[in-house]
Amino acid sequence: MKKKKTGNALRHNRWGYFFLIPFFVVFVIFQLIPLVTTIYNSFFEHYFKNGLTEVGPNLVGLENYKTLLASGDILIYLKNTMIMWVMGFVPQIIISLLLAAWFSDPSLRLKGKKFFQSVIYLPNLIMASAFSMLFFALFAETGPINSLLMQIGLISAPYKFLSHTMSARALVAFMTCLMWFGNTTILLLAGMLGIDQSLYEAAEVDGASSTQIFFRITLPILRPILLYVVITSLIGGLQLFDVPQILTNGQGGPNRTTMTLIMYLNKHLYSKNYGIGGALSVILFFITGVLSIIVFRINTRSQK
Amino acid sequence: MTEKKDDKTPKGLSLSVGTRRIIAYIVLVLLTILCLFWFYVLFVNATRSKAQLNHGFTIIPSHYALKNLYNLFHNSNLPILRGLLNSFLVAISTAVVSTYFSAMTAYAIHAYDFRFKKAAFTFILAIMMIPTQVTALGFLSLLRKIKLMNSFIPLIVPSIAAPAVFFYMKQYMEANLPMELLESARIDGASELRTFNQIALPMMKPAIAVQAIFSFVTSWNNYFVPALVLKSDSKKTLPILIATLRSADFLKFDMAQVYMFIFMAILPVIIVYLFMARSIVAGLTAGAVKG
Repeated sequence: MKKKKTGNALRHNRWGYFFLIPFFVVFVIFQLIPLVTTIYNSFFEHYFKNGLTEVGPNLVGLENYKTLLASGDILIYLKNTMIMWVMGFVPQIIISLLLAAWFSDPSLRLKGKKFFQSVIYLPNLIMASAFSMLFFALFAETGPINSLLMQIGLISAPYKFLSHTMSARALVAFMTCLMWFGNTTILLLAGMLGIDQSLYEAAEVDGASSTQIFFRITLPILRPILLYVVITSLIGGLQLFDVPQILTNGQGGPNRTTMTLIMYLNKHLYSKNYGIGGALSVILFFITGVLSIIVFRINTRSQK
Repeated sequence: MTEKKDDKTPKGLSLSVGTRRIIAYIVLVLLTILCLFWFYVLFVNATRSKAQLNHGFTIIPSHYALKNLYNLFHNSNLPILRGLLNSFLVAISTAVVSTYFSAMTAYAIHAYDFRFKKAAFTFILAIMMIPTQVTALGFLSLLRKIKLMNSFIPLIVPSIAAPAVFFYMKQYMEANLPMELLESARIDGASELRTFNQIALPMMKPAIAVQAIFSFVTSWNNYFVPALVLKSDSKKTLPILIATLRSADFLKFDMAQVYMFIFMAILPVIIVYLFMARSIVAGLTAGAVKG
């Protein structure tokens, strides 16, 4: 009986491969082949002079990488991307930690938790390009925010939010923070709810304050999840595109101080700079690759 | 009980539960306002006329919503109806294809035992973080070669291989799809494909619903790749039209129509969210715990 069952199961088990076919066929065609082509392209001189005359493809080895790094633009855009990520992420993680601690604290007996969680998660689902267009309209020189600020007497003349480096970057950072703090809160909350309640009870019996409990118990236990949140957010931050692209109309203004790496890549893709675009893609692939390996390690460790 | 404890710890920065609760509520209410304020202003401005918008900021809605909508739908420079239709077409197809095939992939790993099972699972998780942007260059040259530029297919079909959706489905199956049930279907002589379609899939309904919404929303909001693939006006989806709107000479536009356009672009997602927020947030928390 038992033998027959395993034989039967073995025959069935071949179906496992069958059900995997769609995923792997699609993956190979639409991800693996493009990835290989991208890397391949990065070793060739291949672009359109003045957008018309095709140059190449000529094998040039690492020349595209040298050109890319020598121009220094990539470092400026990396710096912009990182500055805006930090500006958005620091308030995001602080708010998220605070909210998750409150949501998971049974002694607070907060009402309407589900409502608040639903509200703070909402901006994450909103079309980033529409949200950016909205902010562009609201923060325009003649827009409602300027007239509101003038009506309450905070400023006497309209402020050009997108003409100053600091305010333009702050606007991008504020929007990304607004779009992601709900998501981070829910991730951290899930982690906090998984912490053994008896630890808290023991700490309370020992007379620890809620602040002490948070810093001495919650944070240390939460470390892997925090690391996960930081790195996934960093990977997402490197892909920052929709918000600054729409907000600044692809210019990264003022004076390219809000231009991100993916906006730069997007420019090369539009002008069909296969060589340089390929090299830029490969560099981004390696940066995210290294970060992803760290995430992957955290995940597999926590699963064991 | 709590107050007694607070008395014992004068050193720590400890506030009474009552005070902390009040602070929590104040912060939560402020954050709620911060999240909803922009959408409320959007709603108000979408109901105001062009002339009223020039008068500055207000929180009182007006009554020009239908007029703005009418003007927008008859604006030949902005094919919003076409854009809505295109966006719906792409997003719904993506949601269907992505959830069905992700469930199928998860089923392969969950229900069968084969040699490369573990390797396949690890591999799918490993490719989860590859951003679409870094393969976009090769993706576009592939599309040029196989003549799929300016088509919806390259926006829909790649979502068959969606590691994140797969992972969620796999987790859900582990908790909700007992192997005994599949065994008994086999004994009844059902084919493997039929067992999947008629027994496993119906039991996956809650997971499919949540992931279908996420796939729909992701696709609906997607801007980077569609903007590179879709070239003709009749194919453009809403995010691309928004970019067009942004790059057009801003002052020439009727701002009332601009607000109405943005409003229409985010309305479907907001409506879905109003009905599904509870299960979406609950699903997220549960998924995060397991993951």
